[in-house]
Amino acid sequence: MEEKKCSGCDHNGVDPKLKEILEKYVQDKSNLIQILNEVQNYYGYVPSKAQSAISEYLNIPMAEIYGVITFYSRFTLKPKGKNHIAICLGTACFVKGSERILDRAKERLGIDVGETSKDGMFSLEATRCIGACGLAPVFTVNGEVYGKATVKMFDEVLDKIMKE
Amino acid sequence: MKTLEEINKIREEKRKELDLRVNTKADTREKHILVCHGTGCTSSKSVDILNNFRKIIKEKNIENVRVIQTGCFGLCAKGPIVIIRPEDVFYAMVKPTDCEEIVEKHIQNGEIVERLLCKDIDNKTVKKLDELTFYKKQMRIALKNCGMIDPENIDEYFAFDGYKALEKVLKTMTPDEVIKEISDSGLRGRGGAGFPTGKKWQFTKDAVGDQKYVVCNADEGDPGAFMDRSILEGDPHSVVEAMMIAGYAIGADKGYIYVRAEYPIAVQRFQTAIDSAREYGILGKNIWGTGFNFDLEVRLGAGAFVCGEETALLESIEGRRGQPRLKPPFPANAGLWGKPTLINNVETYANITKIILNGAKWYSSIGTEKSKGTKVFALGGNVVNVGLVEVPMGVTLREIVYDIGGGIPNGRDFKAAQTGGPSGGCIPKEHLDTPIEYESLKEIGSMMGSGGLIVMDDSKCMVNLAKFYLGFTVDESCGKCTPCRIGTKRMYEILEKITSGKGEEEDIENLEKLAVSIQKASVCGLGQSAPNPVLSTLRYFRDEYEEHVKEKKCRAGECKAMMKLVIDPELCKGCGLCKRNCPAGAISGEVTKPHKIDNEKCIKCGVCLNNCHFKAIKNG
Repeated sequence: MEEKKCSGCDHNGVDPKLKEILEKYVQDKSNLIQILNEVQNYYGYVPSKAQSAISEYLNIPMAEIYGVITFYSRFTLKPKGKNHIAICLGTACFVKGSERILDRAKERLGIDVGETSKDGMFSLEATRCIGACGLAPVFTVNGEVYGKATVKMFDEVLDKIMKE
Repeated sequence: MKTLEEINKIREEKRKELDLRVNTKADTREKHILVCHGTGCTSSKSVDILNNFRKIIKEKNIENVRVIQTGCFGLCAKGPIVIIRPEDVFYAMVKPTDCEEIVEKHIQNGEIVERLLCKDIDNKTVKKLDELTFYKKQMRIALKNCGMIDPENIDEYFAFDGYKALEKVLKTMTPDEVIKEISDSGLRGRGGAGFPTGKKWQFTKDAVGDQKYVVCNADEGDPGAFMDRSILEGDPHSVVEAMMIAGYAIGADKGYIYVRAEYPIAVQRFQTAIDSAREYGILGKNIWGTGFNFDLEVRLGAGAFVCGEETALLESIEGRRGQPRLKPPFPANAGLWGKPTLINNVETYANITKIILNGAKWYSSIGTEKSKGTKVFALGGNVVNVGLVEVPMGVTLREIVYDIGGGIPNGRDFKAAQTGGPSGGCIPKEHLDTPIEYESLKEIGSMMGSGGLIVMDDSKCMVNLAKFYLGFTVDESCGKCTPCRIGTKRMYEILEKITSGKGEEEDIENLEKLAVSIQKASVCGLGQSAPNPVLSTLRYFRDEYEEHVKEKKCRAGECKAMMKLVIDPELCKGCGLCKRNCPAGAISGEVTKPHKIDNEKCIKCGVCLNNCHFKAIKNG
C-alpha cells in the first residue's frame, strides 16, 4: 500500500481527502467506526491529526476514539510497511501448516507480528481467516493472495520483492 | 421505481431467458459461461478469467454467448470454476490462459475440453456438476441461488422467485401469520446456539417500543468459516428480502447488517443489492402501496471476534468498543439504542424466503425431530474436497467427511473434526457416526457452531490445537470480565508450558479447574465457551496430554521443543542431503554410510525430516 502522509493537515486544518471522508457521514457518534475504516484504508493507519479531526466532527473525546482504535485489530496507529505481508492463521490454514510460513517470515524479516521493519520496507501481520480456505495455507503481499503456499514459495516471493 | 406489475413482468421475461440455467434441455441457442466470483476463486484470478472470456468473445464476434459472474459453487478445492450452461459442463482449476481454448473448442465447435474436466474421488472424469459425489448428499436451500445467478443483477434474482415471498407476506399475511409460519417450520438460529427463530421474532414483536430494529449478524469471526460470506456474495437479495419480512413481522422499519470489513466483496455486493432494491422501490416508503416502510444500512466491523456476540455487535453498531452487555435485558426488549431489536444470522435469514414460499410443513419435513432444515458447513483442513456444503440435518459426520469431502488426503488417517471454532470442540473417530443436530453435537462435547468444520489428520497434535484456539481467545477477549481476560491467559500459559516440554502433572488438573471456572463466571458466550477446545480435547485425547507431560513426547511431532530426531541406520543411504541442509551443523557422517544427529546441537527446525528421500529420519 502506498503510504500517504497527512500533509494537508497543517494547511487549512484538515486534509481535503479527510474532509471528504468526514462529510460523507452525518455527524452521528455511531458513524465513528465507519469513518475510521475509511481513514485506515486511505492512509494505511489512523494518523493522530485525523483522530482530532474526527473528534471535533463527531463531538467524541479523543480518549474514546483512542479506545475504539486500539480495541479493533483492523485499526493501527503506525503506518504499515511498503510491503505488507499477512499470513493467514485461520484454522484451515493453521491445520495445513501456515505457522511454519509465519516462523519463516519472522526469521527472514527480523520483525515480529504487528511490527514494521526499520527501513519501512516490510510489515508483518498474522491475520485471521481471509476466506480463501480452499487454497490453504495462504499469505498475502499487499493484498495479492498466494495460495497452497509453502516455505519455499514464500522465500521465492520475498526474494523477488527484495530484488526490486 | 417499479410497480409490482412491472416487476412481475420482468420476472416472467427473465425466467424464460434464464431457463437454460436450470434446464439442460432448454430450447435455446444461447450459452451462458458462469465464472465463480466468490472470494476463493477470485483469489486465484477468476476476475481475469471473466475478462478474458468477454474479450475473446467480443474479438471473435460470437453471438448468443453471455459471460456471467456468480457466487460460490461450493467446491473451492477445484477453483477457479467455470460452468457452461445449458449443457452444465463443469471445468475445474481454470487459468486465464485457458479461456481461448474453451471458447474455440467448446463454444465454437461443441467439443468438451477434456483436460479441464474435474476428477472425482474415484478418479473418474466428471462432466457435469451434479455427477460429482461432492454434491450427491447435499441439499441446497440457503445456498439455492449461489452459483446460479449474477448476485449483482436484481432481475436475475426476480427470475428465481426473488421478492415473491415478500409480496406474499405483504399482500396476504398478517405479522402473526408470518411468525406462526416461521415457528411451525422449526427453524433455529444458524449462528450456533440454535435458539428457535420464531420465538425470537415473537418476543421482539411483543416487546413495547416506539421504534424497533432488525439486525443481521454477518460478523463471521470463526476462523475457517465462510458460509455467511458465501451467501452474501452469491445471493445478497435473499438476505435483504428476509430482513424485510422480519421487519414486517415484528413491526420494524429500519434494518442494519453488520459485516466484517475483511469481506470486501460481500460488503460491496450487499450494498449493490440495497441500492438496486431502493431504485426499484422495494426498499423505502410505502412499499408497493401497502403502507409498509423499510430501509437498510450496512455497518462494517473492524476485526473483533467478540462482535459476533449479539450485544457486543450492538455496541459496535452504535460506534463503541465491542464489549458485551449483561443479559437480561435481551436485545428483543432493549437492543440498539435501547429499542427492541431482532438479531439473526445470515444463514438463518437465507432460509426465510424459502419457508414462506414453500410452507412450514415442507421445511419441517427436512431434517430430524428437533433440528429442522439444512445446515451449511465450510469444510476445510485435511480433507480432499475443501469447500462449502449444505446438508440436511441428521446427516452424519462420516458422510460429510468421506462421501462429500472425499476423505483424508495423502493416505493419512482421520483423527478429529472440529466444529464451532474457538467456542466448539473436537469430535474423534469413535463419534463419526453422530448425526448433525444441535443436541447430539452438544452431547459429545462440541456444538453446531456457525458452520466451520475443520478436519484433522493424524499428523496434528491435539494439545497444540487446543493452544491455537486458546491463543485466539486470549487475543480476542474484550477484557470486560476477569475470568475470560485473565483466565484464558493462564490456560494458554499452561498449554505453552506443556507443549514446550516443561509440563508437570498438576498442570492438567489445573487446566480443568480453570476451564470450569471460566465457563461458569464469564459474562458472555465467548468467555463461557472459550475453554471448550481444551475440555473436548482433554475428554478424547487425554493420553496425548499425559504423554506430553510425563514422557515429554509429542506423537504428532508438532511440538518442536520435544522433538528428538534420530536417523534410522537401516534406511539411511548416506546421501548427505540432510548434512548439507542442516543449518546447525548437527548432522555428521560419511558418504554412503548412515549419518547421525547430535540432539545437543539440533535446533529442531525439521528441515532434514522434510527433505529425506528415504524417510530415514524419525521423531523418536
